Amino acid sequence: MITRIRSRFGPEIVAVVLLILAFGFSAFREPRFLDAEYLFDRSTLYMEAGILALSMTFVIIAGHIDLSVTSILALVGAICTTLVSKYGLPPAAMIIIAPVVGGALGALNGLLVSKGKLPSLVVTLATMALFRGVAQILLGDHSLPMPKELVGIHKIQLPGTYFHVPMVLLAILAVIAAGVLHRTVWGRWVTALGTNAEAARHAGIPTGKILIQLFTLSGVAAGIGSMLMLSRLGVARFDHARGLELDVITAVVLGGASIFGGRGTVFGTITALGLVGVVQTGMGVAGVKAEVQVAVIGLLLIVSVLFSNFTARKRGR
Amino acid sequence: MSSPAVSPAAGAVILSASHISMRFGPVEVLADISVELRAGEVHALLGENGAGKSTLAKILAGVYKPVSGKLALLGNEISLSGPRDAAAKGIALIHQEPLTFPDLSVAENIFIGRQPTKAGRIDWAKMRQDAEKYLSALGVTLDVSAPVRGLSVADRQMIELASALSLDAKVLILDETTASLTPGEVKKLAAVLDRLKAEGKAIAFIGHRMEEIFSICDRISVLRDGLKVGETLRTETNVDAILRWMVGRDVHHLVERGEPNLGDVALDVSGLTRKPRFADISLSVKAGEIVGLAGLVGAGRTDVLRAIFGLDTVDSGMVTVTGTTLVHHDPARAMEAGVALVPEDRQQHGVLMPQSIWENGSLAIMPRLAKFGLVDDKTARQKSAEGTQRLAVKMRDDEQAIRELSGGNQQKVVIGKWLLTNPKVLLLDEPTRGIDVGAKAEVHRVIVELAQSGLAVLMVSSDLPEVLALSDRVLVMRGGQIVSTFDRKDATAEGIIAAASGATLAEVTA
Repeated sequence: MITRIRSRFGPEIVAVVLLILAFGFSAFREPRFLDAEYLFDRSTLYMEAGILALSMTFVIIAGHIDLSVTSILALVGAICTTLVSKYGLPPAAMIIIAPVVGGALGALNGLLVSKGKLPSLVVTLATMALFRGVAQILLGDHSLPMPKELVGIHKIQLPGTYFHVPMVLLAILAVIAAGVLHRTVWGRWVTALGTNAEAARHAGIPTGKILIQLFTLSGVAAGIGSMLMLSRLGVARFDHARGLELDVITAVVLGGASIFGGRGTVFGTITALGLVGVVQTGMGVAGVKAEVQVAVIGLLLIVSVLFSNFTARKRGR
Repeated sequence: MSSPAVSPAAGAVILSASHISMRFGPVEVLADISVELRAGEVHALLGENGAGKSTLAKILAGVYKPVSGKLALLGNEISLSGPRDAAAKGIALIHQEPLTFPDLSVAENIFIGRQPTKAGRIDWAKMRQDAEKYLSALGVTLDVSAPVRGLSVADRQMIELASALSLDAKVLILDETTASLTPGEVKKLAAVLDRLKAEGKAIAFIGHRMEEIFSICDRISVLRDGLKVGETLRTETNVDAILRWMVGRDVHHLVERGEPNLGDVALDVSGLTRKPRFADISLSVKAGEIVGLAGLVGAGRTDVLRAIFGLDTVDSGMVTVTGTTLVHHDPARAMEAGVALVPEDRQQHGVLMPQSIWENGSLAIMPRLAKFGLVDDKTARQKSAEGTQRLAVKMRDDEQAIRELSGGNQQKVVIGKWLLTNPKVLLLDEPTRGIDVGAKAEVHRVIVELAQSGLAVLMVSSDLPEVLALSDRVLVMRGGQIVSTFDRKDATAEGIIAAASGATLAEVTA
């Protein structure tokens, strides 16, 4: 039983152990790490990345990647605030419009990958630039304000606790994502697609359709993430979340999803996201410069991909 | 390299392989094979698909390392670390589809990785000159400065040959080199081989077509099921005797087909065309019938099965399954209509290697097991167990990764997976490839049982005894078309080979 758990969840165990180590080390260096209020306050930053990481987990398990999520996030913010401030869209409608626009942008990725038979790395690298560029065309170097009634969602807490709304939302979405990934036909199909796309097709799995759905899902997640980020920061800017895809992909791969597809868990992704958060916050508190922090996350990604490669070879891929 | 090689005396043994054995995983593919390649001689390695001839060729050329046995070059024992090492020692492998760099010139392709240099830079003039020298030694004229893109397969093979000559190769191994050549190109290749023979090269020739073998080769060795069954000089044999060696295996272990119990037409294919792979394919299979689809590799048999299952689109034609017409369909639609396909390449197409037996076994019926899109692992495992028990899969437990099973047992899991979908039409593509003899007999038994229970079976197989033993009818494909149909009582190995290779029966049995 123990060996079975170790062979099935080896990478996730690594993430858990690393998280505990990083947390212990940070708490030792900086006692504020043991203050719940401080921790929950710092964590608001990571809820947006967390929502992107949930959909990215599916995309990576399917053997693909979506580099454009953060650009979709920025573009959705730009489009929504423009609609509100220039075309009189009722602010509440943003909550519906954002995921729809995000989904449409993601579907474009999906169509190019599925029908155009192009590698997702190239497609989403291109749309990463395209979407970010369009956001900049819309907003220029200015910020558009988020309607006041929608600002500050991260400050609303569950009564009597430090749990804020984005955290509750992420928790709910994570539970749903885990259920979909591990318990539904669709989740199994995504895993089969990432294990061997040709074999999946031979088993009658509609692989083309699944790809479009995956990238659409990724866009919807970016739309939701966009609303959270705009609510937290109060404005839309073209450079929102720029570079955040590094944290997102690192969390997914560090959490045990194989970069070659075919395996991964939501639990691992969330754990590794916590690890990325603790490492960054810990470095921030210790006065490590931002650029060094990015370099460290880059290193973390290399190590996790190496590990992923190693376990994939052990599984005979 | 530039010193003129002294031609060894004709008939001297250049490369000898003794007691070579090879296995891939649990499957033994070559057992105790010994062959000698002699100077000035073309030695044919013959055998049906899967007999082991290409594996032997790859061992001679250093691509595979044999499990046991020795190689000796000019009497000295050698060990080859890879094809580059073999090439450096003078053993060159010529491929059926040469691996060239399409955007580089002919000359660059000949000298790829070892371009002549002058003061650290490529000496283009010398490279072109040398390229022309080696090509003219083959009696071939090609523009050495032109890019390789657009050249025919035959021309690209000449580039590989020229490259081998430039390395002063003493041994040339031609692996199914003529398979993708036109008859005219084969004649040219034969002339080139005559030149090389005259220079004292030792040549191994792997092929299928009898007329080529008999016009090109001097010595013939026949492999069957990984064993060498005979060696003879061409002048001392005839096509008939060679065919008997190739197919004349003990057929007692093959299953008894029995009297078929035919029902209505279950699969009807009319005018199916996908250019350039196949054209105007019409066939029908009745419930309870086993139809064999024979032919050489590349005849388009697998493509027809893929199109029927909806994996590839077709230009025109219709597929009807028990009255349901499938137009521009996909595998999911074909499955719904009752079609199942057991693919040829089990590892790439048949199974999800890292996943467990039950995950593989229940993959095709997952949507049917689900309630509101949710799958229950328990039910999935139970269902998968129904399949594996019915086919007597040997395993420790169903949580094992399927890659831990032998090829035969993997194949049974794949067949079991499809049986769970209650198919009406079963498409089998080389159902026993890479499976050992015992498991093969079991798979045969399963196929016959399924037909008896009313399934329509369309089976592509290159294993002639298998085709003859199981099929109620045999269709033979050549060049993307069905060229012959045999009823069970009229089907013979010689007749099928003749139809598949385009020779007349008289030529084959002359």
